[in-house]
Amino acid sequence: MPKITYIDATGKERVVEAKNGMTVMETAIKHNVPGIDADCGGACACATCHVYVDAAFTDKVGKPSAMEQSMLDFAENVQPNSRLSCQIKVRDDLDGLRVTTPESQH
Amino acid sequence: MADAPKRVVIIGAGQAGGQAAYSLRLAGYEGAITLIGDEPAPPYQRPPLSKAYFKGEMEAERLFLKPLEYYAEHQIDLITGKTVNAIDLQARQVEIAGGQVATWDRLVIATGARPRKLAIEGAHLNNILELRTLADVDRLKQLAVPGARLVVVGAGYIGLEAAAVGVQLGLKVTVLEAMPQVLSRVAGPEIGAFYTHIHRAAGTDIRLGARLEAFEGVGQVTGVRIHGGEIITADFVLVGVGVLPNLELALQAGLVCGNGVVVDANMRTSHPDVFAAGDVAWRPLPHYGREGRLESVHNAIEGGKLAAAAMLGQPAPALDVPWFWSDQFDLKLQTAGLWTGADQTLVRGDPQSRAFAAFYLKEGRVIAVDAVNAAPEYIVGKKLVASQAQVAPAELVDKSISMKDIGARALG
Repeated sequence: MPKITYIDATGKERVVEAKNGMTVMETAIKHNVPGIDADCGGACACATCHVYVDAAFTDKVGKPSAMEQSMLDFAENVQPNSRLSCQIKVRDDLDGLRVTTPESQH
Repeated sequence: MADAPKRVVIIGAGQAGGQAAYSLRLAGYEGAITLIGDEPAPPYQRPPLSKAYFKGEMEAERLFLKPLEYYAEHQIDLITGKTVNAIDLQARQVEIAGGQVATWDRLVIATGARPRKLAIEGAHLNNILELRTLADVDRLKQLAVPGARLVVVGAGYIGLEAAAVGVQLGLKVTVLEAMPQVLSRVAGPEIGAFYTHIHRAAGTDIRLGARLEAFEGVGQVTGVRIHGGEIITADFVLVGVGVLPNLELALQAGLVCGNGVVVDANMRTSHPDVFAAGDVAWRPLPHYGREGRLESVHNAIEGGKLAAAAMLGQPAPALDVPWFWSDQFDLKLQTAGLWTGADQTLVRGDPQSRAFAAFYLKEGRVIAVDAVNAAPEYIVGKKLVASQAQVAPAELVDKSISMKDIGARALG
């Protein structure tokens, strides 16, 4: 099973085992990883599951869809490596993925 | 200031009740939490029930707001499958079905709402379903075999989302709506007309202004009779005509209620140590200068957070503009604000393109926006509603000006 490392705004790391097909957001919720609110539960409707994808993985993770990009365009503290974690599905080649959560989702 | 809470009891383990418990622990509260729900499942998301879960794309466990282990790990006594029979404000206890009693020094009422039932002939027949819980959708899924005839009564979010899934599952779907447009309670006629067109194009028979007279059948429903005498054949029926707040416990306890449990800005009821949150709460709507009851994820989360903060004497979190969403086919409808009372509607973009928005204005200010596959319109629209800024109508409909620029100009 692929491993994902979540790093919070203070630098604290949490490594969890993810399941293929689940999203990076769902994996965080399932493992009680703080820093991801996911108010809408993964419908790409609220932009409260914002993460920064580690540079080594930005290509593999891919680019956001038009809808996700629009949501990100107006989120707080957006960077070029910003993604909504509810839109990233876990798969084998994302093993070792590292994402950092912003200080606040609101 | 009253004593710090040591025993919190939360009645209702839905999104609001769950959030109150999570927020208490997140804020460092170390006292007891008892969270009592009448469904067998732990707190879960309801929105996917009429969408991905009905479609069979998501198993129940993925809907849980927190994994089951969370509750034990965070010392939350989660009691599922049990109703609460009574609240005793004097003894500060609630009586749980089966005789168990839970004592509290702070109480949260998050009992939610239940689907409104139609009081017409034949309403007791089998296979007339509603859609509120996991169990409801599990029954729906059993009946939703390709070729089956589904009649949906009520073209609100629930009815239309279920109709969209139904068509995709190969059902023959008819939607009966009493009003002259779909989504009439939550959106303007431009959005209603668009969704009517979308559903009809997908093969759904949408009947507007349809007046129900009776459900036909013996034992099991076989059809729905409408005014004029026509009977629409049905293998099963889904009734989605709104909800009623579950007020009984609050009323019986003597708390002030109207069309909901009346609460102040901190979700505090007429009793200083009793709070209400979620669908059941009649709360101030500060962006609109009035009070009301909201049925949404945003409202449930915000109410849970506000109640937790108030119980702990912490500052209230910032309030969001009410927001909603609906997924039908490949269309994402995102709504910010409440459109009731609008005196002007401006449509930005061409509905034919399947990406457009309706802005609802009152006295030159945006009070709500419905955005279809149009996230920038939704997000900037939400900021415009929050700021109550004046906007130039001509700019709002001009697609050559980006929403970012419109936002920047209006918000300064």
